[in-house]
Amino acid sequence: MSVRDDIACKLREAFKPSRLEVIDESHLHIGHVGARPGGETHFRVEIATGAFHGMSRIARQKAVYDVLAQEMAGPVHALSIKAEDG
Amino acid sequence: MSDAMITIQETVNGNDVVLFMKGTPVFPQCGFSSAVAGVLNHMGVKYQSVNVLEDTEVRQGIKEFTGWPTIPQLYVKGEFVGGCDIVREMWDSGELQDYFNERGIETPGMTG
Repeated sequence: MSVRDDIACKLREAFKPSRLEVIDESHLHIGHVGARPGGETHFRVEIATGAFHGMSRIARQKAVYDVLAQEMAGPVHALSIKAEDG
Repeated sequence: MSDAMITIQETVNGNDVVLFMKGTPVFPQCGFSSAVAGVLNHMGVKYQSVNVLEDTEVRQGIKEFTGWPTIPQLYVKGEFVGGCDIVREMWDSGELQDYFNERGIETPGMTG
């Protein structure tokens, strides 16, 4: 399974999102620190879920980081998150 | 508490605005750090920056300090504000200036 699919799968399972996009932006970072041939190092996640209702921005992002702790410690160099209640 | 944790705690307590980043405000070494430093520079906010690339223990320690796994990290009056995404969102919505001003931090770049 690709890192991207892995991220999407875990987030879907944890938050039952009404909207989820996992975008591999590694191509924008070619040559930067943390980039690798083959990509899958820099991701942007846009997620909307009722699970975030009443949570602060920090709490929402942290919830996403927690679910993806393994990926963050491993192949993922950077993760940009847009987390909305919805 | 490790030496790095003590250093982090003292820096956060001893300065109104602290940015832990990769590189320096003049030579940022990561796009995300650069974005946050750029916003602060634009607003004219006076801040203390810490280059985590200069100290492995601080680089690791700052992730454990608030349980936030990424850099940059912005602290205002001892409080963790967020990383690049949150600062950018607050900047886009105009909330960031209010956040600073409510805490008595001047934003002289934002006049007119």
